[in-house]
Amino acid sequence: MFLASLMTERELEVWDRLSAVSDPELDEPITDMKFVEQVEITDTDSVLVEFRLPTYWCSPNFAFLMAFGIRAEVSALPWVREVTVRLNDHCFGDEVNAGVNSGRSFHEIFAENCGGAVLGEVVDKFAAKAFDRRQEVVMLAVQALGRSAEQIVAMTLGALRRLRFSGEEELRQLPRYLDLMSERRLAVTDDDLAFPTWQGCAIPAEDLAVHLGRLRSTRINMEFNGALCRGLASARYREVEIGPNGPSLMDFMAGRVPARVASEPGR
Amino acid sequence: MFKTPEGKEIFVIDGHTHFWDGSPENQSNIHGKQFIDCFYAYHTNLSPAEQLWEKPKFEKYSEEDIYRDLFIDGPDDMAIIQSTYLRDFYKNGFSSIERSTKMAERYPERFIVNGSFDPRDGEKALEYIHYMKEEFDIKGVKMYTAEWNGDSKGWALNDPSAYKCFELCDKLGIRNIHVHKGPTIIPLSKDAFDVHDVDYAATDFQNLNWIIEHCGLPRLDDFCWIATQETNVYAGLAVALPFIHTRPRYFGEVIAELLWWVGEDKLLFGSDYAIWTPQWLVEKLWAFQIPEDISAERGGVQLTDAVKEKILGLNAARLYDVDVEARKKQLAAAPVQIAAE
Repeated sequence: MFLASLMTERELEVWDRLSAVSDPELDEPITDMKFVEQVEITDTDSVLVEFRLPTYWCSPNFAFLMAFGIRAEVSALPWVREVTVRLNDHCFGDEVNAGVNSGRSFHEIFAENCGGAVLGEVVDKFAAKAFDRRQEVVMLAVQALGRSAEQIVAMTLGALRRLRFSGEEELRQLPRYLDLMSERRLAVTDDDLAFPTWQGCAIPAEDLAVHLGRLRSTRINMEFNGALCRGLASARYREVEIGPNGPSLMDFMAGRVPARVASEPGR
Repeated sequence: MFKTPEGKEIFVIDGHTHFWDGSPENQSNIHGKQFIDCFYAYHTNLSPAEQLWEKPKFEKYSEEDIYRDLFIDGPDDMAIIQSTYLRDFYKNGFSSIERSTKMAERYPERFIVNGSFDPRDGEKALEYIHYMKEEFDIKGVKMYTAEWNGDSKGWALNDPSAYKCFELCDKLGIRNIHVHKGPTIIPLSKDAFDVHDVDYAATDFQNLNWIIEHCGLPRLDDFCWIATQETNVYAGLAVALPFIHTRPRYFGEVIAELLWWVGEDKLLFGSDYAIWTPQWLVEKLWAFQIPEDISAERGGVQLTDAVKEKILGLNAARLYDVDVEARKKQLAAAPVQIAAE
């Protein structure tokens, strides 16, 4: 009985860590995207995570990033002794699985699979898009609080932190925006600008509308891709059955992620 | 011909259709299976429930099916058939120009059959372009940059071998280059869907029209920036359009972006048949208006009837030198008939 509840708790801890791994292209947690198919714990301290992408053809470099992200996040749990990551049904699956489970570093494995090249440029490109998307949400929320263009471009990180937001999306994106700014050293102290460009420059007030237009384009693209990926992921293992009453869909993939138990401590 | 609720007749050119064989008998390996399975996921995910097909029919449909779906049950006046070979995945090719041309023979005035080539074939690719021009008098080609070819898992439009092919296309008057940016796997260090090669190729080949299918998705934002700067870049709406059913507001945002950046003269309707059938897409597009708040964000762009008419046929007619009035008369004189089942 004790063992069973320990295992359940540990499985939930793994799911929690997995929610910190994002699809680089969509900037959404892989758990929200329902990419993770299975978490299995054996011998109380070995973890197997199986994941599947929306199509067999999804970008292999992003598959690599997600696989290594899963390994890093799950390994960070103090009780974990061994992690196995398995990418299912993917055109580059064998290479990804061999690489991520070899115990060697991401850069070493990745370089080996593409003639020594590094992924830096692509990672940067998508970090910039993630930044755009997060910044737009926060900026529009500040605008909705009645701040003018001049006030927004001059706002400090300290002032932004003191604002109170209520919308679901801004509450979700604000910490992610602040994390990315701190990670990239774009805004660190309370006196730094809350809304720099990705290059770290201030935005002139008269350029704010154009800047927001660009953020909007980035967001529309990402949301569109997100909607496509969610749909494809759910459609991938459905088969259409033509019965006597016409077509109906059977979704074999429902309910993969275990529901959070209400009695979970401290949350 | 699409008839609006007010009774107006709209000339429809379906800019992106296929006559494929993805059946297990034609698949060479797991990749061939996964390729058609991926198409089927697009079909099941974005189609209205009453439009869903069984898998076997989707894998390989008949000549009667395509005539019925496009021209009898569907509103198309003409359809552009794209060729995609995928020789590493399918024994006889996924959709070859020979098979599509044979299918189109019954009503040749209804079809524009485009060719395809793989620049990585070198001299053979050039010979093949000559063959397609001489045998089929092609006006356009479909490029699939994610195609596997031996060790190569993709190519770019600005590769030197591709430039040699485009020079020949220009010389022979093959002016319409349809591009599908599928995921190129190698090099792994690059963005698999990068669209910047379009920028180079469109700048260097001003005589050619570059029609980017699926409007550059999943790089719509990058594509819009490029298309604004190039006068010879067009967007095919296939894949974006079905969202009009599942996510109409997203579709409104996407079409507003495209109208704003790319412009109403450069958008082409395409059903992507047989992933989707054209009837419901055209009906829904005709009935669609961009929500006001979205339109306001993009200078008030709107899908007026005149804009829709351009997207549904007039823009493609211009690219393929179709005289719409003359063609309407010709088609009215020879209505499509298929054998009763």
